[in-house]
Amino acid sequence: MATSHSRVWQRATVTESDALTPGIRRIVFEPQRPVKVEAGAHIDVKVTIGGATDSRSYSVVTPSDEGRTITISVLDSPQSRGGAAVMHALRVGDTIEITQPVLDFPLRIGAARYLLLAGGIGITAIAGMASVLRSIGADYTLVYVGRGLGEMAFVEELRREHGQRLVLHVRDDGTPLDVATLVGSVDAGTELYTCGPIRLMDAVRRAWIERELSPANLRFETFGNSGWFDPQRFVVRIPRLGFETMVGTSETMLEALESAGLEVMSDCRKGECGLCEVRVLHLDGDLDHRDVFYSERQKDARGKICCCVSRAVSTDLGRPGPAVVTIDIS
Amino acid sequence: MRETTVNKVLGHPLNAWYVAAWDHEVNRKPLARTVANRPLAMYRTEDGRAVALADACWHRLAPLSMGTPEGRDGIRCPYHGIVYNSAGRCISMPAQETINPSATVASFPVVELHRFVWVWLGDPTKADPSLVPDMHQMDDPAWAGDGLTIPVACNYQLVLDNLMDLTHEEFVHSSTIGQEELSESEFVVTHDGDTVTVERWMLGIDAPPFWLANMRDRFPGFEGKVDRWQIIHFESPSTINIDVGVAKAGTGAPAGDRSQGVNGYVMNTITPETDKSCNYFWAFMRNYRLESQVITTKLRDGVSRVFKEDEDMLVAQQAAIEANPDYEFYSLNIDAGGMWVRRILEGKLAAEGRLPVPAVSVA
Repeated sequence: MATSHSRVWQRATVTESDALTPGIRRIVFEPQRPVKVEAGAHIDVKVTIGGATDSRSYSVVTPSDEGRTITISVLDSPQSRGGAAVMHALRVGDTIEITQPVLDFPLRIGAARYLLLAGGIGITAIAGMASVLRSIGADYTLVYVGRGLGEMAFVEELRREHGQRLVLHVRDDGTPLDVATLVGSVDAGTELYTCGPIRLMDAVRRAWIERELSPANLRFETFGNSGWFDPQRFVVRIPRLGFETMVGTSETMLEALESAGLEVMSDCRKGECGLCEVRVLHLDGDLDHRDVFYSERQKDARGKICCCVSRAVSTDLGRPGPAVVTIDIS
Repeated sequence: MRETTVNKVLGHPLNAWYVAAWDHEVNRKPLARTVANRPLAMYRTEDGRAVALADACWHRLAPLSMGTPEGRDGIRCPYHGIVYNSAGRCISMPAQETINPSATVASFPVVELHRFVWVWLGDPTKADPSLVPDMHQMDDPAWAGDGLTIPVACNYQLVLDNLMDLTHEEFVHSSTIGQEELSESEFVVTHDGDTVTVERWMLGIDAPPFWLANMRDRFPGFEGKVDRWQIIHFESPSTINIDVGVAKAGTGAPAGDRSQGVNGYVMNTITPETDKSCNYFWAFMRNYRLESQVITTKLRDGVSRVFKEDEDMLVAQQAAIEANPDYEFYSLNIDAGGMWVRRILEGKLAAEGRLPVPAVSVA
C-alpha cells in the first residue's frame, strides 16, 4: 500500500489557499516526496503557536494525481486550539513541514453496503471515501450534516458527483439529522464510516451499541480536537509534587505538564490509546472527555482522564474563575 | 527507441492475482505465507471462506499466523489476545472497555478458483475476480491430475524465462523429456495484450522416455515415431499453461486430430515471495485415462523429478546473478517468448510507477 502508517516528515509548499465558506479554507500543498493518497488518510502539520512548535492532524481530500498535491480543508472555530488560525494564515508560496499521508482510517472494499456520515468539516475525510465507492459501483449513501448550507463545504461538488446518494441534513433549514432513525436503518451488512464533532459521533456510537450492531462495522476517526465544550483555561494541581499550573486554551493538559518539565507517558495524542491516563483526585468543575478510550461508564465515574485531549471546564461552579482539577501522574 | 538492456530480474506487479496457497492448505488453523514481500496470515472462517490478513498484529506486530481461530470468522493474536475479524477489524482488546478505532490489520481480497487460493495485494478497488488467469483444467471434469509447490530460491522472473523457452529440456532434462529435436525445430511466437504464446512442433520423431511411457498408458505396447507438440501459453503476470503431448506420427495432430495421442497440460503459476524467492505452484493435468489414480500419482512424481532439475539450475542461476552484479544479460533468438513476457511485466510495473529502470527511452 502506498500510504504508510509511519510518520515521514517533509517540506511542502502552499500552492493554493482559498475560502470555501466564511470559516473554512481549502489549502493545497505540493509535497517534496509525493506518495499516492488513499481515502481516509490524514497528514500531520507542524505549527508554531505562541512560540511553541506543535503538530496538528488534518484529513486529506483524496486527490487523483498520485499525491503530487495534497489538499486539506481547515475550519477555524472557537473550538480550535490555534492550529486552524496558523493554517488559515498560510499564503501561496509559504513552506511548511508536513508528514507523508498516514492511513489510520482505511476504507475497506467489499462491504455489502456503506453509510458515510459527515458532520461539518468531517466531510474532508468522508468525501474521498464516497468518490472511491462511487467509482467501484458500491452501494452507498452519503449523509452530510451541518448547521447551515453557507457553512458547509463542497455541497455543490458532492451534489454533482453523488446525486440521489447524497442526503443533506441542515439544522437551520429545519432538516436536522435524527441519529436514532439513521442508525435504525442500518443492517448487519452495512459499514458506517463517520467523521464529525464529538456530539454527533457519540450519538452514533450510543445508537450503534443500543442496536447491538457489530462494533467492527462502525468506523470513525477523531483527532481528539472536538469537545462537548469550547476550550477554557483550567488549573491542574498535583499535590504529591507540590505542582500547579494553568492550562491555556491553545494547549492540552499533556502539553502544559510537559512544558512545565514533568515526564508524562503518552503515544497517540488523540485520545485513543490510553497511555496518557492520569488519576483525578479532586475536581472543582467538570470534565470534557474528548477521548474514545474510556467507556461511558468510565467517563461518568470521573476518576481518570486522557490528558492528551480531555479538559476541565467550569460549568456550574457557582463561583468565578477557572475549573481546578487535582490529579496524580504515574 | 527501446533500450536493449535486459533487467536481469524484475519486481512484481501488485495489481494482480497471485496464488497464495492450494485450497487444501488453507484451513481453520492459520497458515503463514509470504506473497510479493507481504507476510500473510491465511485461514478459513467457520463457513469455509478463505481469508488473508497482514501477518502482523496492529499492536506490536506479532505474527497472527501463530494465533488461533476465534468465533465465526476471527483470529486471535497469540501474544496479547487482540481479536480481529476477517475484515481485519479489531473486535476485542485486552484490559479495556473500548476498542481503539485505528486497530486494524490489512485484509486482502481473496478468490478461490481452480483449486488455488488467490490474493490481490495491490489497489483493492481493482481486484476484479474475472482477472484470475484461466487454469480451468485444474478442476474441469474432462481433465485429471495433481501437482505440488516448489519453493525456489530465485526471482520469479527466472522461472518464467525457464518455462517460456523449452529448449533447455534437451540439456537440463536429458533423461526424461529432453531430445535434440527441441533445439532443432522451428517455433512460432505470438503475443496479444497480456498473453504470449510459443508453439513448437516436432514431427516424426522418437518419443523421449517420459512420453513413450504415457503413450503406452493409453496405447499398451506402443512402438514407433510420434509427432510432439509444446504450446506455451503465458497469461500476465505469472501463469504459464503448456499444452503438451505426442501422437502417433502422421495421424493428423498438427491439424487438430489428437485422437491417436496423449495430451497433457502443464499448469504453472509462479508467485513472487520475496525479490529473491518464489513459490512455484504446478500441476500436470491429462485428458485420458481419467479414472487412473496410479497414472495421476506416477505423473505427479515424474514431473516432480523433472522440475527438481529446473530448481537446481534456477537456484544456481540466481546465485550467479548475485555473484556477478556487473555482468549483464544477453539474449538469444530462443528468448523471444520470455522477452515478450518481460516487456508485458515491465509495462505493468511502469503503470504502477514501480519500474526502477525505464525500459523505454525516447530517442
